[in-house]
Amino acid sequence: MQFLSDNSDLLWSAFLTTLSLAVVSGVCALVLGTVLAGMRVSPVPPLRGLATFYVEVFRNTPLTVVFFFLAFGIVQIDLQFPSRFITAVAALSLYTAAFVCEALRSGINAVPPGQAEAARALGLTFGQSLRQVVLPQAFRTVVPPLGNVWIALAKNTSIAAGFAVTDLTAALQRLANANADQLLSVFAAVVAGYLVITLPSAWLIRVVENRVAIVR
Amino acid sequence: MRSTRRIAAFAALGLTLAACSSEAGNQAAEESSSAPTVAEDVDFPAGSTMAELSEAGAITIGTKYDQPGFGLLNPQTGDPEGFDVEIAKLVAAELGIDEGGITWTETVSANREPFIQNGQVDMVVATYTINDARKQVVDFAGPYYIAGQDIMVAEGNPEGIEGPDDLAGKTVCSVEGSTPAQNIRDNYPEAQLTTYDVYSKCADDLRNGNVQAVTTDNVILTGLVAGSDGAFELVGNPFTEEPYGIGLELGDTDFRNFINDVLEEAFEDGRWADAWDRTAGSITGEEAPEPPTVDRY
Repeated sequence: MQFLSDNSDLLWSAFLTTLSLAVVSGVCALVLGTVLAGMRVSPVPPLRGLATFYVEVFRNTPLTVVFFFLAFGIVQIDLQFPSRFITAVAALSLYTAAFVCEALRSGINAVPPGQAEAARALGLTFGQSLRQVVLPQAFRTVVPPLGNVWIALAKNTSIAAGFAVTDLTAALQRLANANADQLLSVFAAVVAGYLVITLPSAWLIRVVENRVAIVR
Repeated sequence: MRSTRRIAAFAALGLTLAACSSEAGNQAAEESSSAPTVAEDVDFPAGSTMAELSEAGAITIGTKYDQPGFGLLNPQTGDPEGFDVEIAKLVAAELGIDEGGITWTETVSANREPFIQNGQVDMVVATYTINDARKQVVDFAGPYYIAGQDIMVAEGNPEGIEGPDDLAGKTVCSVEGSTPAQNIRDNYPEAQLTTYDVYSKCADDLRNGNVQAVTTDNVILTGLVAGSDGAFELVGNPFTEEPYGIGLELGDTDFRNFINDVLEEAFEDGRWADAWDRTAGSITGEEAPEPPTVDRY
C-alpha cells in the first residue's frame, strides 16, 4: 500500500488522462458517427458512397495503424497535430466513429419505414424527418450496441500509451519496470482504474436502456 | 508531378532499406562461423541447475530481438544475434550445450522478471541493468558490460547539447518504463520528456523535429545512429553507469557463481573481447572496453 500512495500522483493523473481521452473521443465519435449514419441513409449517392468508404476504411484498419499514421505518417504531407493528446483523440474518434455509424445505421433500419413515409407525407424534408422522427427512435433502439462501442473505446485508449500519452497503461509500464518487486500492486491499481470507468458505464447503459427502450 | 516525386522517394527508401538488411545478413553470415568451443566432459554437482541443463543438453535463454549490436533478430535464420547473444552462447558452451541446444525467447523490458520467476527461461541476457528493486525478485550474475546513458541528437547538433544539463527546456524522447526515462524525470526535471513504447518512434520524432534529443543507454543509441545514414549523432558523454547483468532465478547461488566464473574466464582469455569485436564493436567501430569487475554480492 505504501508503494501505491507513493505513486498516487502519477496514478491519479494517468487515470484522468485515460478518462478524458475516452470522454472527449467518445463525444467526437458520437457526433461524427451520427453525421456518417445520416450520410449513409441519405438519398444523395455521392454522400452515401463517401460515408461507406469512410466506414469500410476505418472499421477494417487496426487502431494502432491509425495512430501510427496520424502520429508519424501525416508529417509526410506537412501536417502535424499540436499535441500527442490531440493526436490520440483524433485517432480514437476517427476509428470509433465508424462503429458508432454502423450501430446507428442498424437502429435506423429498425425504425419502421412507415415512420419515414409519414414524415415525408407531412411535408418534412429529409433532414427534418431524420432529425425529428427517425434518429430519436433509432438512438433508443441502439443503446446496448452504443454502450459496447463506448466500453471498447475506453479500453482502446490504452493504445495511446505507445504514442507518448501518459495514460493508465503508460503508468503501468513505467511503474512495472521500475518496481519489479511490486508488480501485483501496479497491476491491481491500473486494472482498478479501468474498472472505475467501465463498470459504472455498463450499469448506466443498462439503466438508460431500460428507460428508453422501445417495445416493438 | 509532386506525387511522382514522392513515390520515387519511397522507392529509394525501400531500396536503401533492402540494401541495409542484406548488408546485415552478410555480416551475420560471417559472425555465425565463429561459435564458441563447446565444453566436453563437463561435471557438475548432482541436482544443481548446471547439471540439469547439461544433462538435458538444452537451455532456454531470454534476450531482446530489437537492439542492434546486442540482441537483434536475424529474419533469415530466425535467431537473434549480438553481444548479449554471444555472451549467452559462451555460458551455454561452458555447460556443454551447443548452439542447437539453445532455445531463444524474446524478453522485452517488461516481461524479464516474470519469465525468470515462472521458469519460462533459464536465464536472461537482455541489456538487463542490475538494480536493487530487481535484485528483490531475481538474481544477477555479472556485470559483463557497463553501459552509460547518453544523448542522441540531429546531425551537426543544432541545439548544442553536450550533456543532460543542456536538456533544460528542450524536448527529449525515451521509452516509457525505462531506467533512462526515470533518470531524466528524477534528476533533470527541466527537460520536457516524451515517452513512446519503442526507441524507433523516438528516432522518427527526432527526424521530424518533434523532439530535439533522444536519450537512453549509449549502446542502444549507437545502433540507431548506425542505422540513420548520418542523420543522427551521439553526444558521446555518458552520464550514468548501467551495469548489464545476466538474470536468473532468485536464490540459485550455485548457478550464479558458475556464470560469474565463466564471465571472469572469458574476460581473461579474450573470448569476451572477441565477442564484442564481432558484434557491437563491428557496428560502432569501437574497440572492446576494459572488462568490468564481476559483482559477487
